[in-house]
Amino acid sequence: MADQTIRPRYVKVFLTFAQNSLIRDMTFRADFIFQCISSVAWTAMNVGFYLIIFRFTSMIGEDTGWMRDEFFLFLATVWFINSIVQAFFMPNMAEFSELIRTGGLDFALLKPIDTQFLISLRRIEWSALSNFFVGLLIAAFSLYSMATRPIDPIYPSVVSILLYVFFVLCGVAIMYSVMICLAATSVWLGRNQSLYDFWFYITNFSRYPMEIYNTPLGRPLLGFFIFVIPVLVVVNVPARILAQPLRPRADWEWPLALWAVMSTVIAFTISRWLFKKSLKSYRSASS
Amino acid sequence: MSTIPASPLAKIGAVHQVKTWWMMIRISLEERLAYRGDFALGTLMRFLPIITQIFLWGAIFNAVAAQSGNDENNPPMLGGYALPDMVAYFLLTMIARAFSSMPGLASGIASQVRQGEIKKYLIQPVDLISFLLCTRIAHKLAYYVVATLPFAFVFFLCRGFFTEGFPPPAYFIAFLGSLVMGFMIGFFLEATIGMISFWLLEVNSLLLIFMLFSFFLSGHMFPLSLLPPDIEWFVNLLPLKYLAYFPAAIFLQKIPEDELATEMAIEAGWVVFFIIVCRWMYERGLKRYSGFGG
Repeated sequence: MADQTIRPRYVKVFLTFAQNSLIRDMTFRADFIFQCISSVAWTAMNVGFYLIIFRFTSMIGEDTGWMRDEFFLFLATVWFINSIVQAFFMPNMAEFSELIRTGGLDFALLKPIDTQFLISLRRIEWSALSNFFVGLLIAAFSLYSMATRPIDPIYPSVVSILLYVFFVLCGVAIMYSVMICLAATSVWLGRNQSLYDFWFYITNFSRYPMEIYNTPLGRPLLGFFIFVIPVLVVVNVPARILAQPLRPRADWEWPLALWAVMSTVIAFTISRWLFKKSLKSYRSASS
Repeated sequence: MSTIPASPLAKIGAVHQVKTWWMMIRISLEERLAYRGDFALGTLMRFLPIITQIFLWGAIFNAVAAQSGNDENNPPMLGGYALPDMVAYFLLTMIARAFSSMPGLASGIASQVRQGEIKKYLIQPVDLISFLLCTRIAHKLAYYVVATLPFAFVFFLCRGFFTEGFPPPAYFIAFLGSLVMGFMIGFFLEATIGMISFWLLEVNSLLLIFMLFSFFLSGHMFPLSLLPPDIEWFVNLLPLKYLAYFPAAIFLQKIPEDELATEMAIEAGWVVFFIIVCRWMYERGLKRYSGFGG
């Protein structure tokens, strides 16, 4: 009985975090709007870049099927996943390495709630979600364009959309796990200033269709980023499900999707384990 | 009437002036070299995104070649760049950016204005802009000292992408000149943005917009010659191209030899322009300045 009363209600706590962050964002409303505009502008710039590319070619990579519409659907997937990660986890991870350095983690450890939950979701950056809506817009546009084009139109089925959402969530979980692993290293290193950099450099590999690495030099990278740090399945698996349904499925695609699910579970377990282990070696900095 | 007595600053003389500058440079240099190991590693890591760029452009060029019938003797060119040129271009823009990027300059000026620290330069015989310039030169020198090794390493690995080999002397001298002038344009352009803080106090949002445009229009993302012609001519009129595109294009000899001198003269004109604008804004700004804080 007593046990139940002190068990934290995670959903409620999370909603409180979300509400507090929103209140905080709305306090500086002009700043919030400006941040939305600037992150949308970065996205627009990327769109511009790829529109320029598609002036010269109709496909990214020979015979890969990543034509303009398909590729923009791929990019929309990148933005869905990135914006979720940036909104929910990124600000907290940046804060986490500061907490380690200043010894502020003591206070998080003392709270009667799971530490990983607390430090991963405390702050939500609502403005980062503006890119999610840009992603929706571009995805809708690409899907419409794919369905109405004269040469092999593609219609998404309900099942493929459900699978897409599922694999996008898997992708977010993988990205989150990679991030937690990086955060755990900052406990050991005392401070990890290049946390952001590392994160950027690793996830940079996930932003393109995996076919581009399918060259003699790229295959080791392909293997590494599918099986060791599985960031390549993050965007590729959901994007393929929605963008390339009519082509005869290559025999490696279903195993890859299966691996995406497995790697999500594995990555999450490992990151959880690593995080708990790192907390054991945390030595408070001050106080 | 006798002439107005020279200010104490003028009496110090040129030798002392140079000594002051040298001292400013030395202080910043030592401060910077304290963390050189971490620094060199960070520089090396900065090349990692180039790997994905190589694969991305490889795939793009592959598709273009397939469309035009895979002619071995006539490899595809995008905006005058073949695939190896493209990779070489991105490597060279890294050098150009190492000269022209000025992290924290404008926001530093803004915070000094906001917090009233500018007063320091009004009392001491040190000029704000020269002090910032010296500090920046020192930072850059320290950076090159540490970054030369990782840069040399990466360029050695990627030497195969430089199909034209080393550029002829005229181009190489122009390349060095464009790097130095790129530094000057980068410095005075961003310092000018910093001076706007005399009027607006907060320039971070303005700076973000500038960075956005600069990233896209300086050629950091792709060679500007890929732009559609009706946009390209306009972007070529802007000074942003000197921050990344121009030095790289010179090194790869993408600028015709007879246009080289004119282009360099125009760049020099932009340097002078931004020096004057920056100075003028500083003078005007000081008149408005009310010295909040202590």
